[in-house]
Amino acid sequence: MNLHEYQAKRLFLDHAIPVPPGMVATNVTEAVTAAHELAGPIWVVKAQVHAGGRGKAGGVRLCRSAEEVGRAAEAMLGQRLVTKQTGALGLPVNQVYIESGSAIERELYLSLLLNRDRGRIAFVASAAGGMDIEEVAAHQPEKILRVDIDPAAGLQSYQCRHIAFGLGLAGNQVAQFEGIARSLYDLYLECDLGLVEINPLIVTKDGGLVALDAKINVEANALFRQPALVQLRDPSQEDPMERAASVHDLNYVSLEGDIACMVNGAGLAMATMDLIKLHGGAPANFLDVGGTANAERVTEAFRLILSNKRARAVLVNIFGGIVRCDVIAEGIIQAVKQAGVTVPVIARLEGTNADRARKILKASGLAITPAKDLADAATKAVRLAGRGARR
Amino acid sequence: MSILVDRKSRVLCQGFTGRQGTFHSEQAIAYGTNLVGGVTPGRGGASHLDRPVFNTVRDAVTATGADVSVIYVPAPFAADAILEAADAGIRLIVCITEGIPVNDMVKVKAALAGYRCRLVGPNCPGVITPGECKVGIMPGFIHKPGRVGIVSRSGTLTYEAVFQTTNLGLGQSSCVGIGGDPVRGMNFVDVLALFEKDERTEGIVMVGEIGGGDEEAAAEYIRRHVTKPVVAYIAGVTAPPGKRMGHAGAVIAGGKGTAADKFAALEAAGVRTVHSPAELGSAMKSALMARRRRGKKKR
Repeated sequence: MNLHEYQAKRLFLDHAIPVPPGMVATNVTEAVTAAHELAGPIWVVKAQVHAGGRGKAGGVRLCRSAEEVGRAAEAMLGQRLVTKQTGALGLPVNQVYIESGSAIERELYLSLLLNRDRGRIAFVASAAGGMDIEEVAAHQPEKILRVDIDPAAGLQSYQCRHIAFGLGLAGNQVAQFEGIARSLYDLYLECDLGLVEINPLIVTKDGGLVALDAKINVEANALFRQPALVQLRDPSQEDPMERAASVHDLNYVSLEGDIACMVNGAGLAMATMDLIKLHGGAPANFLDVGGTANAERVTEAFRLILSNKRARAVLVNIFGGIVRCDVIAEGIIQAVKQAGVTVPVIARLEGTNADRARKILKASGLAITPAKDLADAATKAVRLAGRGARR
Repeated sequence: MSILVDRKSRVLCQGFTGRQGTFHSEQAIAYGTNLVGGVTPGRGGASHLDRPVFNTVRDAVTATGADVSVIYVPAPFAADAILEAADAGIRLIVCITEGIPVNDMVKVKAALAGYRCRLVGPNCPGVITPGECKVGIMPGFIHKPGRVGIVSRSGTLTYEAVFQTTNLGLGQSSCVGIGGDPVRGMNFVDVLALFEKDERTEGIVMVGEIGGGDEEAAAEYIRRHVTKPVVAYIAGVTAPPGKRMGHAGAVIAGGKGTAADKFAALEAAGVRTVHSPAELGSAMKSALMARRRRGKKKR
């Protein structure tokens, strides 16, 4: 779950991590008031969306008067911001964050995240701040500093010094940096984060360290024990289909294609998407109904994927292990009858009671195309989706 | 021979009397697994599925001599259950539970370094040696004792590979689902090492997916140490970056962990890759036949 910059900065403030003075605004009046309350002579107006790349997309504006702040807020609020991370539709801007401008001497990069290869939480830092860190990692890997933290011993001072000196910090900045690093690590553990990123962490003209941006992701598996953070969720920033799926506890990801898929198991669901592509089609979604799918879940899943108006065919791919295929077949029939399906449905059911499932589907009299294996299912789905397109 | 579990394994179930624990324990017993008892704190002294229930894993190990434990405990309590099993001297811990907080697993992984035990999972289907011992949630009947070792990050894709190798008459030596989480116990490399040493295993099917660098590490290990034929498939060629695809670990982050990179690494290591999971079984069969032909020529 992602947080907005203004929410992340409140958490920073609570943990004594320095951020510029700032206020959130949901309309122009609030934005102008904020500009009057915050020290000038320069203000920054920042669109609050769950995506990076805001600066280049016009989502961050430097202003030299309260009136200018008002105009910038008016231009952003209620609009959709399209950045290179949002897709063509962009994300709605419902809040802007107004900050006092900072006198920037140098921009650094600092993040804390999981190092999967070692199974440890790790700091990643670079003196090349303010840039796309993936670009830096790809082209100038020597400019990236990494420190893995032993979970039992915790973050050590020498590790903080290693990064601080590596970033070219000196004097009392080294101690300042250690304070920030320790606070970030505490915040990461306390709030069960999956990522905290400061890009840039700036050195101000008077030598202080300040977090100019803040990006926080809360790890999804730990949300059950972070009730306060769950309150910060902003559904307006989520894909509407994915939001609907989460209500029914279904794993769903929207894609751009026209063949809707319903599969049990995450790996098989990805494999089904790949097979559609391999046979010349394009998947409309990733959907894992879970290893213990039953008729009700199948019905819910059907409703969901059929609400996608782009779908020109539905491919059902179930490997019945513990789940019985005949039960799934009943679910498909129920769903097709209830939802009034107008696109071709291709079903590949394999495993427990697969023969009985095929008979049930055949006897239903519904236009459900059976597939004998994975390749056959993908071929038929691609062909029938194409036919649907010409109607 | 087989790896990790066999007919002599004495299996314990943590979360024994819960819905999941009960259902899958019944299935395991019906399959012929030597399930010696279970643990549910507060229910010690009771009997469940004709097996004794204990309050603690330590009590259970003392009374039954269990050496393997399978965990169905809910996610908030699963890290504790894994460490309890390790501390009680369990040799192989299989954690089925999905949704354990990643930061819990970071602690568990570091703590387990101090024990002589192996962890499979979490968020996995488990381990099976067909005809001998089933530890987990996989459907037993699709398996057949045989000569292919299977290791996979995905549950249902493991079943696809099992089903195909059974239908082609190859069967399986053992199957290990290492799980879909980013921080886990045994990895591809650990399981590959066991299959390479196992006499019954003649070929290895490896099923990976997007996210992390474990398939790349496996490719490097195969290049250096594995002499048996390996067939591999990676799921998620069409997965968009930055999206978690069902499994907590299946996410392309920072441009790393793409299926294309993993396919390339495996192919460079001489692994026979397939771009459709429907071809896992047939590719394994032809690889084994080619190896047999080569073997005969040498003689």
